[in-house]
Amino acid sequence: MTALLTEATPVVDTAVRLDHVTKSFGRSSAAHVVLDDISLNVAPGEFVCLLGASGCGKSTLLNLVAGLDQPTSGSIEVPGGRAALMFQEHALFPWLTAGQNIELALRLRGVPRGERRAEAQRLLELVRLGGAHGKRVHELSGGMRQRVAMARALAQDAKVLLMDEPFAALDAITRDVLHEELIQIWNETELSVLFVTHNVREAVRLAQRVVLLSSRPGRIAQEWAIDLPQPRRIESAGVADLAVEITDKLRGEIRRHVQH
Amino acid sequence: MSSTELTSTALEPAETTADSSSDVSDISAGLDALETQTVERTPLVRVFTGKVLPPLIAIALVLVVWQLAYSAHLKRPDLLPSPLDVWNSLHDQWLQGTILSVIWTSLSRGVLGFLISVLIGTPIGLLVARVKPVRAAIGPILSGLQSIPSVAWVPAAVIWFGLSNATIYAVVLLGAVPSIANGLVAGVDQVQPIYLRAGRTLGATGLRGVRHVLLPAALPGYVAGLKQGWAFSWRSLMAAELIASSPALGLGLGAQLEFSRENLDMPGVLATIILILLVGIGIELLIFNPIERRVLRSRGLLTARR
Ligand SMILES: Nc1ncnc2c1ncn2[C@@H]1O[C@H](COP(=O)(O)OP(=O)(O)OP(=O)(O)O)[C@@H](O)[C@H]1O
Ligand SMILES: [Mg+2]
Repeated sequence: MTALLTEATPVVDTAVRLDHVTKSFGRSSAAHVVLDDISLNVAPGEFVCLLGASGCGKSTLLNLVAGLDQPTSGSIEVPGGRAALMFQEHALFPWLTAGQNIELALRLRGVPRGERRAEAQRLLELVRLGGAHGKRVHELSGGMRQRVAMARALAQDAKVLLMDEPFAALDAITRDVLHEELIQIWNETELSVLFVTHNVREAVRLAQRVVLLSSRPGRIAQEWAIDLPQPRRIESAGVADLAVEITDKLRGEIRRHVQH
Repeated sequence: MSSTELTSTALEPAETTADSSSDVSDISAGLDALETQTVERTPLVRVFTGKVLPPLIAIALVLVVWQLAYSAHLKRPDLLPSPLDVWNSLHDQWLQGTILSVIWTSLSRGVLGFLISVLIGTPIGLLVARVKPVRAAIGPILSGLQSIPSVAWVPAAVIWFGLSNATIYAVVLLGAVPSIANGLVAGVDQVQPIYLRAGRTLGATGLRGVRHVLLPAALPGYVAGLKQGWAFSWRSLMAAELIASSPALGLGLGAQLEFSRENLDMPGVLATIILILLVGIGIELLIFNPIERRVLRSRGLLTARR
């Protein structure tokens, strides 16, 4: 009987599947192709960094996966339901406190009223902000805001967490701390993470797999499996060596455009 | 390429993994303490010298100039009464016990008219802000209506409804509804798209998106619209009472102004004007300004202005 059950349930071998996805903006005659024929799989529990120069379509791709926009052609599957998305700016609601922001996410997910408060507190403690429940967004520092935003994204209890350069605006020290927290949270959960950045070292510091996007149109240029053990340090030699290799490739991609 | 850029870090390298977790929490706690600042409230004395004293001085100056003009006999005393005459007129009304009922007649009409305007103006504003065809159709009309002085509606309302309360409320609504609706439209237009997108990823779509994201995000503009809507209600009400005054309608401030004029009672006219001013400002100061400040302060929009 157990064998029958396992056969009946489809084997979920992917958390996000992009199949020949193309996205262009504008009218078909003068269309501006941003993403061209992108096929990408993120396995359950995998941490993938999407790397690319500014304007190559990284945010566009995340918006598609999040369902905020539709692809021009191709298909996108997120078998685990709606993905959580963390924006480059914190995007917390300024009319709510840190805790209420998280409670709203819980409420929209359908968590009963009585459980929201405790669950919000648990999530705040997860990002080391146990005392920030009643703080207004403007009373928090940039790093604290990003952490509350992370807690709010986690409150969705989605299987997939999409992160769009969430730490780009932070100083190096704060970013370093948040990298470590993110990896810890990812270790403790079964989250699949698709993390967008244009910082090569950040990508190598975090990911199991780095996917390099070319620009105009955005295509997958190359992939690297990063098998350095976690926890890594952004300034370690292993990270630096790989970063050099990837940066060279990235520069090559950018240089291609000079010839045109 | 930039391997030297980051290596000179201020952090001690964490060698063991066991320590690193508590290290991170120490570091992040330290960073948080460095980056957050507490906002102090201004002391009461400073509030008094900064906010209360200047208008009091301005009022005193006006009274002095007025008294001087009176003493210099710039006009006949019955045309230009002294501040004291006006005060006595107010005092007499107080002794007769009419003053409160007159104010109440007008104030209750003003508040009721305003509340009805909110009930009508809010859905109109939402529709205009969110539904494109509605906006194209009545958006321009709505902003156009705002530029019509509401006194212009009084003759029309009198012809439609006669000398009745309906006339008065019609004029108040025509004055206040457009400004409340426009305030909400402006508030919705100013909502940053990122909040709507964040709401959608959290699952706030459709009516839930309106309730949990759109309306709260638009609240500052909406409150500004309400405040302006009250000013329009009050003005329109005075215009309506002044023109459509009849004993059957009860004695409001506008009607009292008209009776004082008929009796050539200049102190009474000025006293009533002062009452109209006081009620209008009073509601704004006591109700709308605190609400507006709370809304702005809770979003951190007031601290920058000092
Ligand atoms: N709604 C839109 N309409 C038209 N063009 C768009 C739209 N959104 C994005 N683009 C274009 O698509 C391209 C990719 O934009 P996108 O924001 O995805 O880049 P990005 O890789 O996220 O860049 P960055 O690293 O600077 O955030 C840009 O050339 C941009 O002009
Ligand atoms: Mg982007």
